Amino acid sequence: MADFFILMKSELLLTAILFILLFIKIGKGMENSSLLALINSLLAVNFILGFAANGAGSLFGGMFFTNELVFFQKNILNLGVLIISLSGQNWLLNHKHLPEFFMLLISALLGMFFMISSGNLLIFYLSLELATIPLAALCNFDLEKRISSEGAMKMIMSSAFSSGILLLGISLMYGSAGTISFAELPGLLDNSPLQIFSFILLFTGFAFKLSVVPFHLWTADVYEGSPVAVTSFLSVVSKGSIVFVFITALYNAFQPMHEVWYHVIFITSIATMTIGNLFALRQQNLKRFLAFSSIAQVGFILIGISGNSQLGISSAVYFVLIYVFSNLGAFGVVSVISSAAGKETIDEYKGLHKTNPMLAWILTLSLFSLAGIPPTAGFFGKLFLLTSGASAGNFILITVAVLNMVISLYYYLRVVRAMFMDKNKFPVEKVKAGVSANAALLICVAGIIFTGIASPFYEYIHKISDFIFMAGR
Amino acid sequence: MNLSIFLLIPLITALILLAGRKGSDVKIISLIGSSLQLAFTFLLLVNFWNERSSGNTSQFLFEQRFTWFAPLNIEYFVGIDGISISMILLTATVVFAGVLVSWNVENMTKEFHLLLHLLGMGAYGFFISLDLFTLFFFLEIAVIPKFLLIGIWGSGKKEYSANKLALMLMGGSALVLVGILGIYFKSGIQSFDIVKLSEIKIPEAVQNIFFPFLFIGFGVFTAIFPFHTWVPDGHSSAPTAGSMFLAGISMKLGGYGCLRVATYLMPEAAREYSHIIILLASIAILYGAFATMMQKDLKYINTYSSVSHCGFVLLGIGMLTKTAIVGAVMQMVSHGLMTALFFAVIGMIYERTHTRYVAQMGGLMKTMPFICTIFFVVGLCSLGLPGMSGFVAEATIFVGSWQNPDAFYRIATIIACMSIVVTAVYILRAIGKVAMGPLNRENGMPGNFDAVWNEKIASVILVAGIIAIGIAPFWLNNLIEPGAENIMKEIINVATDYTNLH
Repeated sequence: MADFFILMKSELLLTAILFILLFIKIGKGMENSSLLALINSLLAVNFILGFAANGAGSLFGGMFFTNELVFFQKNILNLGVLIISLSGQNWLLNHKHLPEFFMLLISALLGMFFMISSGNLLIFYLSLELATIPLAALCNFDLEKRISSEGAMKMIMSSAFSSGILLLGISLMYGSAGTISFAELPGLLDNSPLQIFSFILLFTGFAFKLSVVPFHLWTADVYEGSPVAVTSFLSVVSKGSIVFVFITALYNAFQPMHEVWYHVIFITSIATMTIGNLFALRQQNLKRFLAFSSIAQVGFILIGISGNSQLGISSAVYFVLIYVFSNLGAFGVVSVISSAAGKETIDEYKGLHKTNPMLAWILTLSLFSLAGIPPTAGFFGKLFLLTSGASAGNFILITVAVLNMVISLYYYLRVVRAMFMDKNKFPVEKVKAGVSANAALLICVAGIIFTGIASPFYEYIHKISDFIFMAGR
Repeated sequence: MNLSIFLLIPLITALILLAGRKGSDVKIISLIGSSLQLAFTFLLLVNFWNERSSGNTSQFLFEQRFTWFAPLNIEYFVGIDGISISMILLTATVVFAGVLVSWNVENMTKEFHLLLHLLGMGAYGFFISLDLFTLFFFLEIAVIPKFLLIGIWGSGKKEYSANKLALMLMGGSALVLVGILGIYFKSGIQSFDIVKLSEIKIPEAVQNIFFPFLFIGFGVFTAIFPFHTWVPDGHSSAPTAGSMFLAGISMKLGGYGCLRVATYLMPEAAREYSHIIILLASIAILYGAFATMMQKDLKYINTYSSVSHCGFVLLGIGMLTKTAIVGAVMQMVSHGLMTALFFAVIGMIYERTHTRYVAQMGGLMKTMPFICTIFFVVGLCSLGLPGMSGFVAEATIFVGSWQNPDAFYRIATIIACMSIVVTAVYILRAIGKVAMGPLNRENGMPGNFDAVWNEKIASVILVAGIIAIGIAPFWLNNLIEPGAENIMKEIINVATDYTNLH
């Protein structure tokens, strides 16, 4: 019994928060400001408790498993949600449906937690649905804007379609292998055509959520339409959780099909990086811009995953952590400026450095981290991903990747140029970000500066990545 | 002597500047920082000589090794030999002079000096690194400060040039990254340690694939033809201290990388590709020289001339004889000092005449005697007048190149020698028009005064360096030679016709 509480600690904490919110909503209700403060403190406590008493084991007959790596992955997502909640302060304070927002957000997060810990294909599918459906409602949360509804519609339609394909893949996999359990699957895979086909369908399901080309078409419109807080959640937390599950699935359950998935990843990562970069070059709206840049980042993560080793796991998990800081730093600044001044395009950001120097420097630092410039953490993250990819021996992939890094630098520099070097008659006025938003940006900046250079972070992640090959057994 | 002090001083200076107030404090702090760097460099030099004379013959001195990322065998491993010390000396001098010359920068002074020191830190780190990852880290650190320096404080088409520079240099470092990862995984030992890698022989097939990546990657920094196109725009649009650093130090990062990483670790491939390297270098030398003759803007004259002079560095490295390699390193130091001084002078002239076009200047010797004298000195050094460092470096390269008896190498040497004539043409023409002749009153000479104290100190220091190498080159030669000897040991191990040459 104690096992249950220890192993499912993260999920139980989230459920507790959910019920607290529910009771507040059903009961007398609270002022937005005090409610927000309460939620932020609960999320902070949740994050801190995420480091305590992490055990390893499995529950419910193998349907749910966890180990130190899984706990760390969940805590990264916790951190992401905390930062999002802090940085979206201005927009959230004025929102009429604050409790619902967090209930949906926490539910989606809960679904992601179950997904990371899933031990068989059906639980994985169930939790994927739990992770997706609240997100579709969340996308619509800018209730007065039409573009928000449009984004939500696109989200739910594409999700439904991809879930259908995923389910087909699961059922075919069950049909050909005879089991849905991740633990038993490796023993039963024999690379028959039906299994390869069902694997491709499964991969499609993952690829959709990860915005891998050619399943990325929903990304830009959904990101542009959603409120900034939801966009940050989609681009960082949702993607991060799928990366974690992806790694577990590929490295454990589908290890015998290594040749197949290596080739698939090789092709899709080149396509993803290149198309993501080429489209990002042309974007004016910052949310769309960051959407395409995150597509390109996913291409890099795929390269890291392709190095089928402990280095692959550690570099991918490390990169997601750094990606949380960098992307949320960028989105944090966009969120602050968007809620204060309503301006979202690169042209409107011109001359930002004169009126809001701190925000301009924070955005610049985040963009440099996304581009992979030392000494920010993004440099180390990208480099370790490339090292992992190079370990598989395919240097064509690496060459394409580094050339894509140069292309991506071009569009990141475009924003930096606009802020620092271009003139603007009507720049964004001086924006006063609230305490929480400043705290969130501070966390991101600290993360960007210290997570890279200080080696203990990476070494810890590398140490716990040893676990994955024991997972689910 | 703790080498990390060269990283700490710029870093601490940058942090103090970050926290500091505006105004003259900034400049004083920056100057103190750069003077400390220069002082420690001399201290390092003295310590180095003491170590060597007391019999310490290990290849790299003052080594420091800390494990950084254990799972990937990445270490913070630093150490220096004679070649590194010469480059550190160059860096410290140019940064010191650069800070002095930038005394009048008014716009965002704090950030300007901060970026200068960050650049310096990147350069120092690059020259002392003995671990490939650390080396790459410091190489990349410098790219963005250059972008910001040119884009914010530059002149002319600065955004375009800044973009071009940042992207092409990133492209170069991208290729270097592929090379480094190739070495790490395919060398047989999974290690980034340069010393360990130099002791083993990397399989030849691997070398032949990854040597071009490394050489071209580093070559982009040294303006290898045809990837030199970032140099003219980038250097010309940069602010004076930026140009001094870019041309003086940043281009040498590439040369040092070609030598220390590409040639040292992959000597067999260096042999294989030496014909191509020499061809590209010769094209750069000649093309740079002829292109310079066409330029009307003083800064563009200097940048194309830099392309030409850095071609000599690559020529020396490509020739693969000890004397040529010593010459290449000397050329790096000499050209660094010289071009920094040249850009400083151009900056001073620009500040007073507000034009960079040679046609609009004339007779400046009458109003600015000090500056024009320095201009003369630098010009004569550039065309290789004996008594100055340019002659020493170029002569060493030519002697070293001639040692190869093969016709191809000798023809390349002759072609390179011919470029001196072209250099003489454009230098003498530029100086003649600018300094001599009637005073050109067209572009109004408001407040024409001669050099002030900061410009004088900067110029004198750089000239002192040039003359010191020119008149008594033995101290530099003795520094560089053991380092070049070690590199040659690798190359001589590869059996060829002219291994018995020294």
